Amino acid sequence: MLDNNQLLRFTTAGSVDDGKSTLIGRLLYDSKSIFEDQLEAIENTSKKKGHEGVDLALFTDGLRDEREQGITIDVAYRYFTTPKRKFIIADTPGHIQYTRNMVTGASTANVATILIDARHGVIEQTKRHAFIASLLQIPHIIVCVNKMDLVDFSEDVFNKIVSEFEEVSSKMLVKDVRFIPMSALLGDNVVNKSENMPWYQGAPMLHTLETMHISSDINKVDARFPVQTVIRPQREGFIDYRGYAGRVASGILRKGDDVTVMPSGFTSKISSINLHDKELEEAYAPMSVSITLEDDIDISRGDMIVRSNNKPEPSQDIEVMLCWLNNSAAKPRAKYTIKHTSNDQKAMIKEVVYKYDINTLERNSDDTDLSMNDIAKVKIRTTKPLMIDAYRENRTTGSIILVDDATNETVAAGMIV
Amino acid sequence: MSKYYLNYLDELESEAIFVLREVWAQFENPVILFSGGKDSILVTHLAKKAFYPAKIPFPLMHVDTGHNFPETIQFRDDIIKELGAQLIVGSVQESIDEGRVAEEKGKNATRNALQITTLLDAIEANKIDCAIGGGRRDEEKARAKERFFSHRDDFGQWDPKNQRPELWNIFNGKHFEGEHFRAFPISNWTEMDVWNYIKRENIAIPSLYFAHEREVVWRQDSWIPNSEFLVLEDHEEVVTKKIRFRTLGDITITGGVESDADTLEKIAAEVAGMRNTERGNRSDDKRSESAMEDRKRQGYF
Repeated sequence: MLDNNQLLRFTTAGSVDDGKSTLIGRLLYDSKSIFEDQLEAIENTSKKKGHEGVDLALFTDGLRDEREQGITIDVAYRYFTTPKRKFIIADTPGHIQYTRNMVTGASTANVATILIDARHGVIEQTKRHAFIASLLQIPHIIVCVNKMDLVDFSEDVFNKIVSEFEEVSSKMLVKDVRFIPMSALLGDNVVNKSENMPWYQGAPMLHTLETMHISSDINKVDARFPVQTVIRPQREGFIDYRGYAGRVASGILRKGDDVTVMPSGFTSKISSINLHDKELEEAYAPMSVSITLEDDIDISRGDMIVRSNNKPEPSQDIEVMLCWLNNSAAKPRAKYTIKHTSNDQKAMIKEVVYKYDINTLERNSDDTDLSMNDIAKVKIRTTKPLMIDAYRENRTTGSIILVDDATNETVAAGMIV
Repeated sequence: MSKYYLNYLDELESEAIFVLREVWAQFENPVILFSGGKDSILVTHLAKKAFYPAKIPFPLMHVDTGHNFPETIQFRDDIIKELGAQLIVGSVQESIDEGRVAEEKGKNATRNALQITTLLDAIEANKIDCAIGGGRRDEEKARAKERFFSHRDDFGQWDPKNQRPELWNIFNGKHFEGEHFRAFPISNWTEMDVWNYIKRENIAIPSLYFAHEREVVWRQDSWIPNSEFLVLEDHEEVVTKKIRFRTLGDITITGGVESDADTLEKIAAEVAGMRNTERGNRSDDKRSESAMEDRKRQGYF
């Protein structure tokens, strides 16, 4: 593997019926990412279950309950590498009752793959998956029109599904959508080009994933550096060292840059950027570094270092697209801990503006209860200002979670509008 | 292509450093679980980077089964000295002597499962609220479901069906008294990534990972090292082979593979061509299909 190879994270949403597990199994098998002992285990189980041949879908089985029920319940992460890239798959369940798991898997993805059964075309589940991909602002979508073998590899069927999907996605904020006709079962257009569909001029799925341009997906304009912790070595040679440790959320920071510390508003200049014992001229997202400033100012966890000519907006009243993740419903006007970058504050949900019907994707402003898997636009009031950007501009400084102080559980995830 | 992107190893490194710093910021009393294996050595190396020029601001903790490779213990003591770090040892032998656990019987007896009690006792005794481990999601199917910040109840148990959702890079380490967390900074690394990074950074690892001559016994499809703890069956024969270990654990259950790889370059090349998973040589995982999940639920690493 080459040193300049990138990491690509993609999410797969779908159910066993769409052939999702078969697709992942096929991708891993044909790219030679399945080890012999794993294959042997699958062969044994296939035989025990009386399947003909090797059931590649079994490769994605996880926890005991999932094996028993034959479904994915949680997000499972899988890994494979080709000579061109390293891949992380966030494999998520597709059913409506697992919306929260889809949202979780989608939160870090560069690419969303959406599976469509060629026999059924665009169904409610497809719309839901596309909606989640757009809500989480996944930069690229690959629509896998699967089971083409069951529709005689028909170009007409494929074209019809493409236009159905485009009609749905035209109402959503999606940037880059590609369509691939395939048969995961037979291996057509997954890793190897299909001989059954000469009419398809595009690349198979793996090649698409390997060559997709992803380095522009990160915001390089707005320099944001949330401080995680302050490093004070108190040891010889570094007595006066005060390093602000964090991960660049977006943009580029350079030595000598004029910076402002939010929320205090103090200004200074970057005097050094370090990664371990190396001194760097610049740091960009998503690098973890330590920064020192020319002036001795009071900075602690939760503060944000930004360039003085480009600041986020400090705000106590924020509008958020919220996905409710917890079994217990939201309590009206209850207080939660809100976590935003490295900052924790108290917050209250002041108002549910509208809620989405996850099936029809229509907005409903009459029903304002928030329970598990609900997605709604809400107004939140925080005790102190947060340094926010809109989620569509910045996935890191535009996202929040809510924690219930009574249980310490993560109850909601939100994207700042 | 723009120059402002990270390659996969830099991105994994950056992610792990971020996680380690979050642990330090969110917990009172974290430790690194240090086994002397390559994954915990990697985590320690990343922690060194994360807090430089300060020392690693938390102790290392070793759960000592008493069935060690002597090389591992030597390596552990050397690294502690070099880092100037504090070492906490939880001893399985002491847990046995105190009657907290009973030794397994039979020829395949190991102290693997016994570590759970020792680990949880050590966590409680030292008031540890976060134990940082070198677990990776590619290792095993139950581990594929792990979070970066993984909650354990006040019995130290993992509830895989009721995990906190983990979105973006916002980690929720809030917990009640008596509960603790496990944190896994290298969740997203594969075995190959670990080797490529060790090679790139030239990180010191125990000599056991390199091919060497050793007395071994063929058992359960791999070469188990001969040691004072091994009970030989009549038909078993001790032979000398050139082997190396892909993982390091309890000496009684860690199988080696025949190999000539005696440099990091050769190991990386060999791993790239390997057709079996690294845990395929660990008899603790062969006990049943959900062996790892069952142990993890109880509080295993």
